[in-house]
Amino acid sequence: MYLARVIGRVVATHAYPGLDGVALQWLQPLDENGSAMGQPLVACASISSGPGDLVHFVDGREAAMTCPETFVPVDASICGFVEAAHSLGRDLAAEGA
Amino acid sequence: MFLADVLGTVVSPVQIPWLDGGTLLLLRPVLPDGTPTGKTRIALDRAQAGVGDRVLVLDEGNGGRQILGDASAAVKTIIVAVVDYVEQHGQLAYDHQHPTPLAPLK
Amino acid sequence: MLIGRVVGSVVATQKDEKLTNRKFLLVQVHNPQNEPTSQYVVAVDSVGAGPEDMVMYATGSSARQTELTDGRPCDAVVMAVVDSWDLGGENIYEKWA
Repeated sequence: MYLARVIGRVVATHAYPGLDGVALQWLQPLDENGSAMGQPLVACASISSGPGDLVHFVDGREAAMTCPETFVPVDASICGFVEAAHSLGRDLAAEGA
Repeated sequence: MFLADVLGTVVSPVQIPWLDGGTLLLLRPVLPDGTPTGKTRIALDRAQAGVGDRVLVLDEGNGGRQILGDASAAVKTIIVAVVDYVEQHGQLAYDHQHPTPLAPLK
Repeated sequence: MLIGRVVGSVVATQKDEKLTNRKFLLVQVHNPQNEPTSQYVVAVDSVGAGPEDMVMYATGSSARQTELTDGRPCDAVVMAVVDSWDLGGENIYEKWA
């Protein structure tokens, strides 16, 4: 699982059956300094997150387990909101990283 | 599995049900000598680890689901052990009793 | 998942028998700003995407979580046709614009 910031939304009405109604959002993964880590990616949102939110997400086959239909081709899913992320005494959430 | 240093805790008020009641920790993967390597991760703690500990992390799909005993769990990264010491080429590369300070943030 | 444009298709007569009757799309990966990158991926089509469509694809074992790819040697699958996306509140891509 990784720390990330929601940076945008994606609309795709024609998707694999079972993904209807699943929200898709752009994520920028973050490192322990709160800086961008790697390239942004699109993830399914299993929580009511939106642009600007700090979240954590799971990648790989487990990502599909958060969807209403679990046999779907999904390789990244937002798992939860992050209220505080302490990194060596700093709180990345409070810093607005 | 890989080695990582625990940097701190992650607080998540709303999350997928499999994580409820568990502790999430922020991890920095490290080489045996403590040099940071790879991507910063968040893991579910199953070994009562704390900040500053060096831990053993499982980040492979089915293994995580087996540990939780739930084939439908959307959990992949799990701390499975707190490391006491690491031996490399006959030398002590890490000793929990005499840990080297964590490399500071940038 | 990542987003890319369908720039072509790949035809292979000699292939693993489990891949017969599967359509391979050549997808050029775009970044969140909708600029083409130098990265390409060949993915099995699960939604009936066409040439020049902007699509989203999943990789890894997640790519085998469709009726078309279950248990088959495939590690990338096109799972949605993208209509639009926004980034930081700004509309970046609009299919019907």
